[in-house]
Amino acid sequence: MKRTILSLFAMGMLIACLTGITSAGTVVIKGSTTVLPIAQAAAEDFMKANPGVSISVSGGGSGNGMKALIDGSTDIADSSRFIKDKEVKMAVENNRFPVPHRVALDCVVPVVHPDNPLRNITIDQLKGIYSGKIRNWKEVGGKDKKIVVVSRDTSSGTYEVWESKVLGGEKVLPEAMLQASNGAVAQVVSKNPYAIGYLGIGYVNAELKALTVNGVVASPVTALTGSFPVSRELFMFTNGWPTGDTLSFLNYVVSPEGQKLVQREGFVPIYAIE
Amino acid sequence: MNGPVPVKTDRAGTRSNRALSKSRRAEKLIKSTLFLVSTVSIVIIGLIFLFLFREGVPIFKVESIRSFLFGRYWYPTYDPPEFGILPMIIGSLAVSLLSSLMAVPLGLLSAIYISELASQRVKEITKPVIELLASIPSVVIGFFGMVVMAPFLQSTFDLYTGLNVFNASIMLAVMAVPTISSLSEDALNAVSRELREASYALGANRWETISRVVVPAALSGICTAVILGMSRALGETMVVLMVAGGAAAIPRSIFDSCRPLPASIAAEMAEAPFRSDHYHALFATGIVLFVMTFCFNLLADYISHKYRQTGTATL
Repeated sequence: MKRTILSLFAMGMLIACLTGITSAGTVVIKGSTTVLPIAQAAAEDFMKANPGVSISVSGGGSGNGMKALIDGSTDIADSSRFIKDKEVKMAVENNRFPVPHRVALDCVVPVVHPDNPLRNITIDQLKGIYSGKIRNWKEVGGKDKKIVVVSRDTSSGTYEVWESKVLGGEKVLPEAMLQASNGAVAQVVSKNPYAIGYLGIGYVNAELKALTVNGVVASPVTALTGSFPVSRELFMFTNGWPTGDTLSFLNYVVSPEGQKLVQREGFVPIYAIE
Repeated sequence: MNGPVPVKTDRAGTRSNRALSKSRRAEKLIKSTLFLVSTVSIVIIGLIFLFLFREGVPIFKVESIRSFLFGRYWYPTYDPPEFGILPMIIGSLAVSLLSSLMAVPLGLLSAIYISELASQRVKEITKPVIELLASIPSVVIGFFGMVVMAPFLQSTFDLYTGLNVFNASIMLAVMAVPTISSLSEDALNAVSRELREASYALGANRWETISRVVVPAALSGICTAVILGMSRALGETMVVLMVAGGAAAIPRSIFDSCRPLPASIAAEMAEAPFRSDHYHALFATGIVLFVMTFCFNLLADYISHKYRQTGTATL
């Protein structure tokens, strides 16, 4: 008798647990550390508005996010690049069908000290400067002074954009001053008339002069149209068209409120918001 | 306290005996509690040590110890990656050596002044003020170096960057002076009065007494102070992260920027993927730093024991 009561009780608990889980949905997000701050900010606001939903966000890199999407251990894979052919093939073999959702643009701008007479620079010149082939401002139309190269740590997402769009796989010269954050780059360049640095468009301030690249001004518009060369799209991938909480979360990210968060984190929204 | 307790045979005997055994038990309890508390820190150090090695050693499967320690290029995220930390080791050594060149004379001379020459009133002001230096958070010193000192150095000496070995050394010296000064002062104070009196009695003047008697007598303490000050400079992170400039190249002059070991770890750890080669390489960098500071502390310990002034006869 006692036993049946106990087992009934246990079953009741189990059912309660199960229904509890299904009613309070969970969304798992993994992937790119560049997209991480967007996902995190959006998840916090989304959970505040929907107390029943719990979202877990973690980094690990775009490749790891894709891997997790392919083996089914995540609902959303953050990625700072488009999916690779190899990954598509692996996903389809696993009977999964990745769908990209563009959530933001990452636009990286070269900056110099306001006293620097230079206004425009080409991608080739930037590549020369950062790989150490061009060492004097004279060679790019400035004063006869050594160029002080300021870069980000090689593990940062901002550096990743720079590496793929500017350096094209070449190594940054060892003498480059590596800074740990966008803020530190802004600080160093704004205090040094010989320095050149680069940072996310959201961090450009009045103490810095943003250079035009190949004659194109960096702005949300030129980033959106793709005419500014140092920018990339940031994605969230789902398996098939999303449903349920995953869908409402993605809808929130691309909504005007979500895009305001994108802007706050220093990225470019995917459409003009006021 | 473990020896046999004499048993009293008078009437009150049984009672006092019981009280005694109770107090002895309490004492035992206190003793073992204190023992446990003191082992906690040893256990923690041991665990940190273990963890550091467990996370750091795997890098040596990909990179030989030799090319890790003496490689000149640090490109952890490229394919193929390069994990050479020689520029960082040299950066660390350059910064801490230069900073001790500045901090040792300053710290030592101020200690001699405070301990031997200053009047009581001056002593009461200078000593706490020097010790106050130690309580300035390192991030504040780093910020000062970055925002005030770097532009100043750059415009005064017409440099290409103010964030360099020299600037970092000045900032680290500021942090090491209080350590060196207050430990040396303790050592000088500990020199016994009879030594000084004997020196004066032999006709030595104040300068001779200080330079030939008091300082040599306190030498082991002073050496310890200097080495501990240097090891503080070696392990300091925030200041070098903000002020040294961050270039992973071997500095060719004191006005080149560099990237000391702690700065490299602090800047990259957050973005290195968990358990990747890069992650293990950063832990291995931590091992190198740990071994370096450990050697410094061992040396300080050795010197303080070997040259300890015991009594007046050994001088």
